[in-house]
Amino acid sequence: MSVVVPGKIHETLFDGKLQLAIYSSTGRLMDKRKTAVDSDVLPDYQELREQARLIKKHTLENLDWYLEQLESNVQAHGGKVVWCRDGGEVVDFLAGLAKEKQARLIVKSKSMTTEEIDLNERLEHHGMDAVETDLGEYIIQLAHERPYHIVAPALHKTRYDVADIFSRHLGIAGETVPENQTKIARGVLREKFLGADIGVSGANFLVADSGAIVLVENEGNARLTTTLPKIHVAVAGIEKLIPRAQDLAVFLKLLGRSATGQPLTVYTSMLSGPRRGSEIDGPDEFYVVLLDNGRSRLLADREKRESLYCIRCGACLNTCPVYRKIGGHSYPWVYSGPIGAIITPQYLGTTKDPWLPFASSLCGACAEVCPVKIDIPKLLLMLRSEVTRAKQREGQGRLEKLGFRLWAWMMQHPKLYEIAGMMASAVMPDAEDGWIRRVPAPMNQGPLRGWMSQRDLPPLPAKSFRQMWRTRKRQVPG
Amino acid sequence: MSRDHILHKVRTALGRSAGQAAAEPPAARLRVPEADIESRVRSLFRAVEALAGKTHRAASREDACRYAVSLLDGKAAVASNAAFLAECGIGSLAGVRSGFHDRDELKAACAAAALGITSADYALADTGTLVMISSAEEARMVSLLPPVHLAIMPKERILTGLDELLTLLPLPSEVSSSMVLITGPSRTADIEQILVRGVHGPGEIHVVVV
Amino acid sequence: MAARVSLFVTCLVDQLFPSVGLAMADTLERLGYDVDFPEAQTCCGQPAFNSGYRDEARTVARHFLRVFRDADYIVAPSGSCTAMVTHHFEELFHKEPEFLDLARRIAPRVHEFSQFLLDVAQVDDLGARWDGVVTFHDSCHALRELKVREGPRRLLAKVRGLTLREMDAAEECCGFGGTFAVKFEDVSGAMARTKIESIVRTGAEAVVGVDSSCLMQIGGALSRAGIPVKTVHIAEVLASR
Repeated sequence: MSVVVPGKIHETLFDGKLQLAIYSSTGRLMDKRKTAVDSDVLPDYQELREQARLIKKHTLENLDWYLEQLESNVQAHGGKVVWCRDGGEVVDFLAGLAKEKQARLIVKSKSMTTEEIDLNERLEHHGMDAVETDLGEYIIQLAHERPYHIVAPALHKTRYDVADIFSRHLGIAGETVPENQTKIARGVLREKFLGADIGVSGANFLVADSGAIVLVENEGNARLTTTLPKIHVAVAGIEKLIPRAQDLAVFLKLLGRSATGQPLTVYTSMLSGPRRGSEIDGPDEFYVVLLDNGRSRLLADREKRESLYCIRCGACLNTCPVYRKIGGHSYPWVYSGPIGAIITPQYLGTTKDPWLPFASSLCGACAEVCPVKIDIPKLLLMLRSEVTRAKQREGQGRLEKLGFRLWAWMMQHPKLYEIAGMMASAVMPDAEDGWIRRVPAPMNQGPLRGWMSQRDLPPLPAKSFRQMWRTRKRQVPG
Repeated sequence: MSRDHILHKVRTALGRSAGQAAAEPPAARLRVPEADIESRVRSLFRAVEALAGKTHRAASREDACRYAVSLLDGKAAVASNAAFLAECGIGSLAGVRSGFHDRDELKAACAAAALGITSADYALADTGTLVMISSAEEARMVSLLPPVHLAIMPKERILTGLDELLTLLPLPSEVSSSMVLITGPSRTADIEQILVRGVHGPGEIHVVVV
Repeated sequence: MAARVSLFVTCLVDQLFPSVGLAMADTLERLGYDVDFPEAQTCCGQPAFNSGYRDEARTVARHFLRVFRDADYIVAPSGSCTAMVTHHFEELFHKEPEFLDLARRIAPRVHEFSQFLLDVAQVDDLGARWDGVVTFHDSCHALRELKVREGPRRLLAKVRGLTLREMDAAEECCGFGGTFAVKFEDVSGAMARTKIESIVRTGAEAVVGVDSSCLMQIGGALSRAGIPVKTVHIAEVLASR
């Protein structure tokens, strides 16, 4: 790569099996989504998208009010709200809670927010055992890997990889049939559910007027995580708020369809506090952990605030031709794909991974599928501008800046531009049968080298358009 | 305090002050279609079957009971305390334990049961969904722990969809700490996008409408 | 008095694919337009804008606006260059009222060639002839920013002797993306190869598009792979007799 990027990109591009796994899985998810939002099936899809965008915009613009309303309603139903500025405070809270309740075993349902703060690893340091219960998360937890995809964490693993992982970590060798592998996981994890002291979940939505969290899933592990243990802790970013339960009519119609093509996922749970009065089961204690971790900073940026609308459906990943080639682990943070590309620089700083906003052809496929209409290409372009300005401030990228200044100056002077074109045409090699396969070594530098490494160059015409125009005969009408 | 810190940062980011009311939200968008009961039943069954669920139209409460018997087939089952199940005579069937009010006893019974029998507070016809609201009548574990879930409900409780549910019940949290929408059997596609049913929740689901 | 059309040929067509510009001019003249070519034109500024150099992009964009300020219709053989003017100039000049105003006035006059033919000239049959099987590549900016999708297919349907066979990944990005093609050349190349595999599966002899940048990327990849499928701009097909 001409730009300095993680070696993982190159590694992924040349792993044929991995390429196939990524391409076919994302392809399948894309097709399912397409069927589910087709105008015959969901005629008001575009209207729903716009409504979702407006609700998110409104909620974020009044976030403090909705946060307080949520807190008040959670408390009214017997739950507690814990406000955490960062991951450290979440861990401190959980560690303190576990100690107080003498809890040892924690079961977790899938939560990208907890991945964001490395919760499991940090809980381990505190001597707590936190077991992932979503099948894909369980597999990658055993393998000590990060999720590969926002919705499908083990997208990159084949059944043989899974067999290998189960063999090494569970002592169960040679099982390569997915159905049997699933049964194994079910058995192991069922024991954990039954014996767990605390269940930690994320939240897809926080509903302000209800003091409730909403969890969507297909496996049932989130239900088990939030039903069996006596204590339930839900960890969610403050941007997950929606105003009313009735707004779920919009969001639930978009989330499942966008993520996996399902009108509704198998289980949608709306949980608002510990078990009440005559309810027989459910937790005795219910905590909603509200995490900032930089979200308030993103909120302050009016132009890029829409990054927080994201409902984590993963559609942008599935549709992104770049993600489908470089895969989830090529991205520097837990959030990959187009959404990862726009929020990573905002959370971690623009100069940490300066290549990231440029790793896009700006095709716009992501914006087309985003259920909340985040204009990802526009934000990528803004971030690119921020990166170049940051580089200039640090005294880097001088050559490129100079190059573009020269180019811009030349583009204001048509005669110079024409001469430059003629010069380029003169030094380029002739093309034997159409396209140029090779350029002389001294010329094979920089952008030209980048081009030639992958494809041939079109033959440079003897005359440019403007030169030919001067001697061109007009055509007659008809 | 983190609470004050976070709220302060949020307000500063938005240029808002403490106690400032929120602007009017966009109007809630709920569209409830017209549909008679028969078409709702048909729609519900079509959707449930498309998800590999089984359906049965019971002519009577006795008929529903007979369906349960055929599923039981000598196995151990747990039934919820739903009044409608009592009307169908489920509690008195051989192999069926019900009337639980203790959480730990219920947990042990459900963990050992082959079949969990519940009613349903509502169903959503368009998506083939059962709406389970936690109460003294309906515990959460019964439709979750056993590998097979049988739901028996009267046809009058079938709604057209989520919009109608939220119109009827705009604040489910006022009624219960838990409302679960169940749409088909538990499933995953986490390994090579291959569909496997019955991961953690029931892998088999039966919906009987009287 | 014939209506006047000013050609915005784009720097790529000007320097590398002049026949596309000439074909476009031929077709417009045959339709009865008085076609001119404002010689002072150079570029729309997109390369700088996409690379994060907004000041430099503005410099070039100001030149564009000055050159075309009095044009009635401005027609370009490119979706991405058209979209740069119609969709991004406003953002560029949001702090310069004079140029913002100029950009707002000029933007509605700028058209991508196939859209001009269908929406302004209101013709779909150019009397063209092209014998053979072709497939069509949907260029990203044209498709998603300008909503160009059915249009070119309608135009191709009227070309005598031409058979259009759709490829499965027609709407997938070819991997050009401007400087992306040379900054992330490995990824760009991989995307191009996925595209040409899709093309080859159609059995078409040529791939048609509305953007020369895409055709250059696809053509370069086809050539490198030794696949004898041609790349043709729609302007060339429609001018073909």
